[in-house]
Amino acid sequence: MTTHTVRRGVSLYSYQEEFFLRTMSLEDCIRAAADCGALGIEVIPEQSIPGYPHLTDEFVDTWHGWMQRYGTHTAATDLFLDTKRHPDRWLTLEEQVASIRQDVDIAVRLGARIVRAIINTSPEVMAAAAPYAEEAGVRLLLEVHAPFHYEHPWILQHLEVMYRTGSPALGLMPDMGTYVRRFPRVVSERALRDGAKPELVDLVVRTYDEHGDTHALMDVVHYRGGGPADFGLARQATHYIWSEPKAMLDHMPLIGHVQAKFYEMTDEGVEYSIPYDEIVPVLVDGGFDGHLSSEYEGNRHVQDAFPVDSVEQVRRQHAMFARLLGEQDPVLPGAGQTTTGTGSI
Amino acid sequence: MFDQYIVCEEGFRARDDGRAGGVVEVRMPYYRGLTLSMVEAVDLVLDGRPVPPADTTLTVHGNTYAPDQLGRTTDDRWEMGERAQLAFLTDEPLAPGEHDVAVAVRLRISYMPVPGGGRDRKRLTLAS
Repeated sequence: MTTHTVRRGVSLYSYQEEFFLRTMSLEDCIRAAADCGALGIEVIPEQSIPGYPHLTDEFVDTWHGWMQRYGTHTAATDLFLDTKRHPDRWLTLEEQVASIRQDVDIAVRLGARIVRAIINTSPEVMAAAAPYAEEAGVRLLLEVHAPFHYEHPWILQHLEVMYRTGSPALGLMPDMGTYVRRFPRVVSERALRDGAKPELVDLVVRTYDEHGDTHALMDVVHYRGGGPADFGLARQATHYIWSEPKAMLDHMPLIGHVQAKFYEMTDEGVEYSIPYDEIVPVLVDGGFDGHLSSEYEGNRHVQDAFPVDSVEQVRRQHAMFARLLGEQDPVLPGAGQTTTGTGSI
Repeated sequence: MFDQYIVCEEGFRARDDGRAGGVVEVRMPYYRGLTLSMVEAVDLVLDGRPVPPADTTLTVHGNTYAPDQLGRTTDDRWEMGERAQLAFLTDEPLAPGEHDVAVAVRLRISYMPVPGGGRDRKRLTLAS
């Protein structure tokens, strides 16, 4: 492994199950990330900070105190854009830009230089918000989230703005959920527990895994007598995508942060669906200079039948990243010293 | 994603204002907090009978709202995982023992073309 500039991080989104149920506090989440050597903390203020968008000075001081105590830093914040905030009307362009400015201000207070712009942020809003972000020293990165990819018109419109304005404040944040090579088994197994028909589950999974035509899957599942669980699974198959990770190389100067979505780290220490052993070398070869930031999203698919252990799932992902990045002192299985109220999977 | 956690197992109780009815604690099935104007409905079905929304209130961190107030409330939020109190009126005082409690939460999520939210149903024992 050549030298590289890929840094490891965790989005606290990863611990959403435990944080929701109050079995982990915000500080517990930060400590758990630090324990696996992931020092870049990504945070969704609307998730983790009660009282958002009003952050008290006391909270901000506490946050920076945690960063110091655990040797971590704020890698990124994630913004949402509530265009449908009001029941009877859409937010105006000015209101949308104001919302982004507010989130840029929050990022600055928390020490983040990168803000995730959610996928529904329009190119016009990005263009209008860019000068403010640039002034604040913050990059607004549009997430490239499944089912989008770099040739999709929505992304092409954004790229056009980024190249036309040449704003250093604008860029991309790929979500590795765009590299789902095979259907997550935690999702298909959940569908079976929810009453999906085994032959229809098999059809959906097989069609996806063969990278076949998923456009009419919901219709076919309907023709075969499927119910809600079958429809939900078929819809998922249209929402995951697989594309070639090397496509990121063409856009590397714009890529400032990567969300390392995952659904299941197996006992063998690999992600069941997403081939990180192919993704990480692309980031290294492309000279990616930013954080590879965990986004565990498997909890929702197993919580009905199994104890969720997000801490262990994230730890396993970072053991894999450390290995793929050639770190000398990898995160060993069982080495994570974390406190959590949940059992292990 | 958090549907199974909407109805809290603890805290189901009679109203404390002497009127017939009860309080059930509920959580929003979402991974972030949301401004109340985007909470479109928190519907309750008690023992198989829908409770009219006008007979319910939602309380978040001490602030109480009638359903028709939620849409214009842009300065308060239902936080992620927060236990809100869904208070409701009934014709007769609740009988002691178990009740069938079903709650459906409908959310307006800006990046989703269809309504968000979820539903949950549990058997709860009225606190004595």
